[in-house]
Amino acid sequence: MAKIIIPTPLRKFTSNLPSVQVEGSTLQEAIAGLVSHQPAVKNHLLDEGGQLRPFIRIFLGDEDVSDKFSSGEVVSEKDVISIVPAIAGGSN
Amino acid sequence: MSNITFTKEELERYSRHLIIPEFNIEGQKRLKAAKVLVVGTGGLGSPLLLYLTAAGIGTIGVVDFDTVDQSNLQRQVLFTIDDVGKPKVDAAIARLSKLNPNVNFVAHNTRLTSSNAIEIISQYDVVADGTDNFPTRYLVNDASVLAGKVNVYASIFRFEGQLSVFNYLSPETGERGPNYRDMFPVPPPPGLVPSCAEGGVIGVLPGILGSLQANEVIKVISGVGEPLSGRFFLFDASTFETRTLKIKRNPTNPLTGDNPTQKSLIDYVQFCGLTPDAAEKPDVIAEIDVHELSNWIKAGADFQLIDVREPYEYEIANLNGKLIPLATIADHAQVIDRDKKVVIHCRSGVRSAKAIRELRDQFGYENLINLKGGILAYAREIDPSLATY
Repeated sequence: MAKIIIPTPLRKFTSNLPSVQVEGSTLQEAIAGLVSHQPAVKNHLLDEGGQLRPFIRIFLGDEDVSDKFSSGEVVSEKDVISIVPAIAGGSN
Repeated sequence: MSNITFTKEELERYSRHLIIPEFNIEGQKRLKAAKVLVVGTGGLGSPLLLYLTAAGIGTIGVVDFDTVDQSNLQRQVLFTIDDVGKPKVDAAIARLSKLNPNVNFVAHNTRLTSSNAIEIISQYDVVADGTDNFPTRYLVNDASVLAGKVNVYASIFRFEGQLSVFNYLSPETGERGPNYRDMFPVPPPPGLVPSCAEGGVIGVLPGILGSLQANEVIKVISGVGEPLSGRFFLFDASTFETRTLKIKRNPTNPLTGDNPTQKSLIDYVQFCGLTPDAAEKPDVIAEIDVHELSNWIKAGADFQLIDVREPYEYEIANLNGKLIPLATIADHAQVIDRDKKVVIHCRSGVRSAKAIRELRDQFGYENLINLKGGILAYAREIDPSLATY
């Protein structure tokens, strides 16, 4: 089970969990696993076509794999996946 | 650097730098010769300015358009209660000048905009971005790239901090490192990021990130150490988890990608979707201003008042409205009157407008009125005894 670290701004959509363990052998499956457990977060990560939104980056370990989201990037049991959103500060 | 000299007072002041073998007087001379622009004098800007001033940067430009507010003091350690109400730039420079009179401060008591950013940034060697909103983030990034300046970036939200050195010119390769647009080519639309009222920040966090930012500025200028270029640092103050991620150039970057499409600054407020385009959003929501609402309350008018903020906000101040947080509004639609006027409010008017659209579009309500400016406007114009936040 890979670990997905949830950034602070999205924790309100993941029952305030800072990280989630997910099943899945590819990056897309792992994110799908997260979304199936925490459906409220889906709209903040993926667009209507299921693609990663452009203001979200996904890292596997310390590598940016956002561009490989739909291309079957393999995820192993011990991998740590980081979701990194754009944050701007305390104002809107 | 040969024309840079130090007085005896300066040599003694900076002695802890001078005795670091790899830093020594050459590093200190580089600091004194440098011009740094700090954008924003808030939570990040406070430690940034204090440490850069203490370190002996030669010229520091300070940009801010705001005045010091009581709610700033929780994290903006540059200011005291005596500064409340004063322009931030003036209060900051007054404080910093007492710390180190050798520094030349330049006040930019203005909002950084697309029409002045290049001109201001061009006067400096390094930019440090301590702002708090997306339009200014993109503006600072784009202006720094277009003006060929390094942008030392930090950003915070609640318990989370981000740090990187953007557009760094490598002395080894002569190439520029990634910039903010390589990470995030476009900003999130307003509905998909937490708004100011849902935001908040733990007060110490900008102190930590702003200090790290000052350290990166000093490294970039002195040439000592490895700046955080091509890397992105994340800090979660709640779990004490830190990560340093690798970032790379993005071929779709509109400024520095394979096919750059943007050669000048744009309208960043519009770019971030913060000015509703009348053609795209024709839905007009009925509004009431705080004076009229106050008259309704005094006259005992028959209407329902709904507050769509969170319970912890209600605790700070309220207008005795029925509390239904925005996220649960659809589940509580049955308690909202259909046969009399219903005024909906939040902190500033943004979430209440969302609630009205949701209730109107999903349940067909036509009697909902948004309180313009929210409880903040009510506190400001009608009842100053209400706490603002």
